[in-house]
Amino acid sequence: MRRVTKLAAVVATAALALAACGSTSSAGGGTTTESGSPAATTSSAAALKVGLAYDIGGRGDKSFNDAAAAGLDKAKAELGVEIKELSATQGETDADKEARLTLLAQAGYNPVIAVGFLYGTALKNVSAKFPNTQFGIIDSTVDGATNVTGLVFAENEGSFLVGAAAALKSKSGNVGYIGGCLIPLLQKFEAGFTAGAKAVKPDIKVQVKYLSNPPDCKGFNDPAAGTETANGMYDAGADIIFAAAGGSGTGVFQSAKAKKALAIGVDSDQYQTAAADLQPVIMTSMLKRVDVAVFDFIKSFKDGAPLTGVQVFDLKKDGVGYSTSGGQVDDIATKLDEYKAKIVSGEIKVPAEPAK
Amino acid sequence: MERFLPRFDPRKTGLAVLAPVVALVVAAALSSVVLVIAGHSPALAFQRMWEYGTEPAQVVNILNKASGYFLSALAVAIGFRMNLFNIGVDGQYRIAAMAAAVVGATLTLPKPLHILVIVAVAVVVGALWAGIAGLLKVYRGVSEVISTIMLNFIGGAIVAWAVTPQVFAVLENNVVRTKTIPESGWFPGFTWSGIPAGGSQTVVFGEIYGFIVISGLVGVLYWFVLSRTRFGFDLRATGSSEPAAVASGVDVKRMVLTSMLLSGAVAGLVGMPILLGAAHSFGSQDFPSGIGFTGIAIALLGRNNPVGIAFASILWGFLDVSNQILDIESIPKEIVTIMQGAVVLAVVVAYEIVRRIGVATEQRRVMSTENAAPPAVPPATATADTGGER
Repeated sequence: MRRVTKLAAVVATAALALAACGSTSSAGGGTTTESGSPAATTSSAAALKVGLAYDIGGRGDKSFNDAAAAGLDKAKAELGVEIKELSATQGETDADKEARLTLLAQAGYNPVIAVGFLYGTALKNVSAKFPNTQFGIIDSTVDGATNVTGLVFAENEGSFLVGAAAALKSKSGNVGYIGGCLIPLLQKFEAGFTAGAKAVKPDIKVQVKYLSNPPDCKGFNDPAAGTETANGMYDAGADIIFAAAGGSGTGVFQSAKAKKALAIGVDSDQYQTAAADLQPVIMTSMLKRVDVAVFDFIKSFKDGAPLTGVQVFDLKKDGVGYSTSGGQVDDIATKLDEYKAKIVSGEIKVPAEPAK
Repeated sequence: MERFLPRFDPRKTGLAVLAPVVALVVAAALSSVVLVIAGHSPALAFQRMWEYGTEPAQVVNILNKASGYFLSALAVAIGFRMNLFNIGVDGQYRIAAMAAAVVGATLTLPKPLHILVIVAVAVVVGALWAGIAGLLKVYRGVSEVISTIMLNFIGGAIVAWAVTPQVFAVLENNVVRTKTIPESGWFPGFTWSGIPAGGSQTVVFGEIYGFIVISGLVGVLYWFVLSRTRFGFDLRATGSSEPAAVASGVDVKRMVLTSMLLSGAVAGLVGMPILLGAAHSFGSQDFPSGIGFTGIAIALLGRNNPVGIAFASILWGFLDVSNQILDIESIPKEIVTIMQGAVVLAVVVAYEIVRRIGVATEQRRVMSTENAAPPAVPPATATADTGGER
């Protein structure tokens, strides 16, 4: 019996340790401008207090949350706002999310930004309790709440452009898509990428793989799985892979380097943040400007004309797009810009769900 | 037979309570050290946690969490009592809750019946999923530790497949969930309202899941079956010593299978408080995960005793809920995870020490009676007596 007890203790502790790994909160990042030192703000109005609740992973995930953090940091530096960041825990309930948003609203933070669509249900309840607080939510909307601004993106449009770029650059007529987790949001990337590739070359082969399944979308932070999956795709004939997999992208880039192939980054311009030896394999990155959305949202309050309703950050608004660092897509830039113009004008409708 | 029935012994009860208290103190001391090293005041951290965790709205949240943790720990404890380690509670409750949500959403039935059907589906699916591990152990000798872990992964994959728009789910605002269960399948809760400190108007603090009552009843049932029935005796006997149980005519294979099924049935209930009380649908990403693993820690902390488990569940809920206040005070909230880990390790060590003290005193007592009279009680029986609770 005591064998079982010991084993159980080890497992229970390991589970806790793993949970802790998955939820590194902004320990040092919990930066708050001292509200007691308003010397910097000369105007009569107190500094804007912005609260932000991260999705699981928090600041430092080198992906989605970090993009939001970048927008927040920019707002702090350029607009002089006071900020407070709270992070999420793996496996938490909607009640926990509600408590987090309530804490921020109660402490007088206004606006409060929720990062990630998982806050949708919680925000619906909290926004009703705090009608005088303005909320923003990334990747989701809350129907019927006038004090919630939905900040959503046309990921499929940006993915269409990198899909077209991949097809234009591919020599083998075979490209790949690696998603971090099999969730509808990531399928939107897949749908756009496939549509873009097929728009250029209707008979192109697009390999599709996802690294993990919900609820534990560990595929966003599993570079080893990224490498392994990319190796398989390159071996099966692909010469360019779009890695829409957050932190796992590094693994895909490493595989591309080993196989002397190319890869496409996601969310931010990953050429800028990648190690020097990996830069040559990053052909371009699909940009999803969460940082722009966060900054614009905060700035709209500073300017006294808050963004409300549902704000779609699409190609037209440059909320999504592709990066050009490294110069590898310069030769096809005119073709990509043609596609971009066609999407903006509505001539091309990019699907948001993969074809069955 | 008399000897095996629990007798109230103040010294033994004292020792039993001492162990978790010591473990808690050790855990608090350890986390204080970490806090001091990180440059934060432990006193402030604990004070803020206590203040926040005792606010009515948070008490509701704590109790709601505890109702699920309690069931999860009971499911694990049933296995422990039988010397079986069901690591698969996590997979069992998720697949059970998913199935219950799908069935619940397709049916329209009058209120009590609707709830009953949903709960029945969860219990049956949980039991069947755990039963696979039971069958594998009985007929193929596969360790349940291995098979239940594997079944967690398989169950996770099945749930991920089922909760897609192509199968059972609907997509709304980037979130996929099963269809919402009609209102006749919602378990009524207890609304708690009052005037908050410093306020003047009555506000609703929150709603405690009505299912918490069922959780409590399952706890009573657990106690009754294990300590007041022939079946419970056989189960504990098999857990203590399999050869002895076989010798006394217990069908061990049947016991293994039955206890796995029971453990799985209780595991199936784990998701019910939140499903019937708040979520009303199963989302593969936003339905809470990991309660099955939390249950292992709580069962250890609560010493497989329903009352102990109840306290441990509330403590766990308190730690889970109150850590959020640390975040806003810019104290790293991971300190709570350290504390939870420390409690589990400390409690196992403390029980072992307490057990040895218990055995030593028992032996001394037996020795003294031996000196007075010829040995009537072999020492082994005496240790088995103290080892009754693990």
